[in-house]
Amino acid sequence: MNLHEYQAKELLARYQVKVPRGRKVESVAEAVEAAESLGYPVVVKAQIHAGGRGKAGGVKLARSRAEVEKFAGEILGKKLVTPQTGPEGKEVRKLLVEEGVNIDRELYLSFLIDRAIGWPIAIASQAGGMEIEKVAAETPEKILRAEIDPAVGMRPHQARRLAFELGLSGDVHKNAVRFLLSLYQAFRSIDASLVEINPLLVTREREVMALDAKVSLDDNALFRHPDVKELRDLTEESPLEVEASKFSLNYIKLDGNVGCMVNGAGLAMATMDIIHHAGGAPANFLDVGGGASPEQVRNAFRILISDPQVKAVLINIFGGILRVDRLAEGVIAAVKELDVKVPVVIRAEGTNVDIGKKMLAESGLNFITADSMKDAAEKVVAAARGAR
Amino acid sequence: MSVLVGSETRLLVQGITGREGQFHARGALDYGTKVVAGVTPGKAGETVEGVPVFNTVRDAVAKTGANASVIFVPPPFAADAILEAVDAGIPLVVCITEGIPALDMVEVMRVVSGSASRLIGPNCPGVISPGKAKIGIMPGHIHKEGRVGVVSRSGTLTYEAVHQLTERGIGQSTCIGVGGDPVIGTNFVDALALFESDPGTDAVILIGEIGGNAEETAAAFIEERMTKPVVAFIAGQTAPPGRRMGHAGAIIMGGKGTAKDKMAALSAVGATVVVSPAEMGSSMAAILGDRK
Repeated sequence: MNLHEYQAKELLARYQVKVPRGRKVESVAEAVEAAESLGYPVVVKAQIHAGGRGKAGGVKLARSRAEVEKFAGEILGKKLVTPQTGPEGKEVRKLLVEEGVNIDRELYLSFLIDRAIGWPIAIASQAGGMEIEKVAAETPEKILRAEIDPAVGMRPHQARRLAFELGLSGDVHKNAVRFLLSLYQAFRSIDASLVEINPLLVTREREVMALDAKVSLDDNALFRHPDVKELRDLTEESPLEVEASKFSLNYIKLDGNVGCMVNGAGLAMATMDIIHHAGGAPANFLDVGGGASPEQVRNAFRILISDPQVKAVLINIFGGILRVDRLAEGVIAAVKELDVKVPVVIRAEGTNVDIGKKMLAESGLNFITADSMKDAAEKVVAAARGAR
Repeated sequence: MSVLVGSETRLLVQGITGREGQFHARGALDYGTKVVAGVTPGKAGETVEGVPVFNTVRDAVAKTGANASVIFVPPPFAADAILEAVDAGIPLVVCITEGIPALDMVEVMRVVSGSASRLIGPNCPGVISPGKAKIGIMPGHIHKEGRVGVVSRSGTLTYEAVHQLTERGIGQSTCIGVGGDPVIGTNFVDALALFESDPGTDAVILIGEIGGNAEETAAAFIEERMTKPVVAFIAGQTAPPGRRMGHAGAIIMGGKGTAKDKMAALSAVGATVVVSPAEMGSSMAAILGDRK
């Protein structure tokens, strides 16, 4: 789960991570009120779940009430297009109005789990404000790193070393050490999968603070953070994906016209791949899970065909725990109830496959059955073309 | 021959009184696995599917000589269940549970790596040595005893590979589901090493997916150590970046972990990389045919 910048900063501040003073607003009037209480200059920042906001015109320095009115008015409601939003962009519904700070240096800092070693790591760099992947690729010597032993957590000596390697000294060094240790505490306490501060700011007043903050939370750990769970912003997600999540279905909307329903994430990805190899394009990723009930199958089917782009559907099930006869029951009910018009190709293997196939054949519905993944992909791609 | 599990396996089921635990304990018994004990705290003295239940893993081991454990405990308690099995000195711990917090697994692996236990998973289908024993949730009947090892990050895609092999009369020595999470116990390299030294395994199918660098690390191992042929498929060639594709570990981040990079790494070291998941079985058949 991703957070907005303002949410991330509020959350981090609870762990004594220093952030600029600011306020989230949803109208021009609120923006002016916030700016007046913070004092000028202020920074008006679009709050969307995507990076690259500055270059897209979503971050503006305002020196007066008139400028706040102008920029807040321009940005609110605007569809911001950044490299991370895709060409359709994202509508700005909220702003963060923040005090302007005097920038001395811009650094980089993040915490994440390094999958290769299975430990959290800190990554820091003097090259703040740039994309860290680019820095790592072009100037790997500028990447600083500390591996954090989960048995003891981040140690002060690690924070001191990183702060020295960032070229900091005196008060700034002390403030940076405090910042590093606080940020690790926050990362650990909220079960983040990523906390990224870019840029990490050194001010002319020798403070160290987070000018921007990106926080991604581990979905698997949300059960123990009910307060954080409430920060989920459904308007940032695709409506079909939100609907699917209500039924514990893993659905991701894609651009193609072949709807897919598969059990298991790996097989679902492989099904998308084989549709592509057959010359088609998948409309979605949809994993109904290992033990899907006929009810879940019905909801999955409803969600995937409510995408108007879908011209044909491929159901690919390898039944282990999920029995093929139960799948057939769910699909037949769904197709009857939803009055499905698009062709449906079914490929099923596994437990009770013969009973399931017989049920499909005798349903009186016009299913196209396939014997293998390849056969299924070719049939569904042809069906999607024919239906156009 | 086989690796990890065989006729000597004496299985303990943690969470045996739950719905999943009971269902799959039955499945393991039906397959012929020696299921000797179950553990659910507070339910000692009961039996499930004829298997005695104990309060603690230590008790179960002392009284039954269990040497492998399979875990069907809900995510909030699963990390502790793994640690309990490790504490009791169980050599093989298989965790099926999906949804364990990543930082819990970081701590668990810190303990496991200094212990005598091997962890498989979490978020995996388990391990099966066809004809001998099954630890996990895979449908046993699609398997056939034989000489091809299978290692995979996915569940049902593994069944697909096994099905393609069995259909062609090619049996499997052992199939290992390493799991779809970002932090796991046994990884590709560990599994490849087991297969490489197993006299009962002639070749290996490796099924990877987007996210992380386990396939790249496997490629390095294949180059340095593997003498047996490897057929590989990587799922997620058409997956969009930045989205988690069902598995917690299946995500392309910052341009890293793409199927393209993984396929290139494996091809470069001589693995047979198939672009279509429909070709896993036929490609293995061709390789085994050539060797005869």
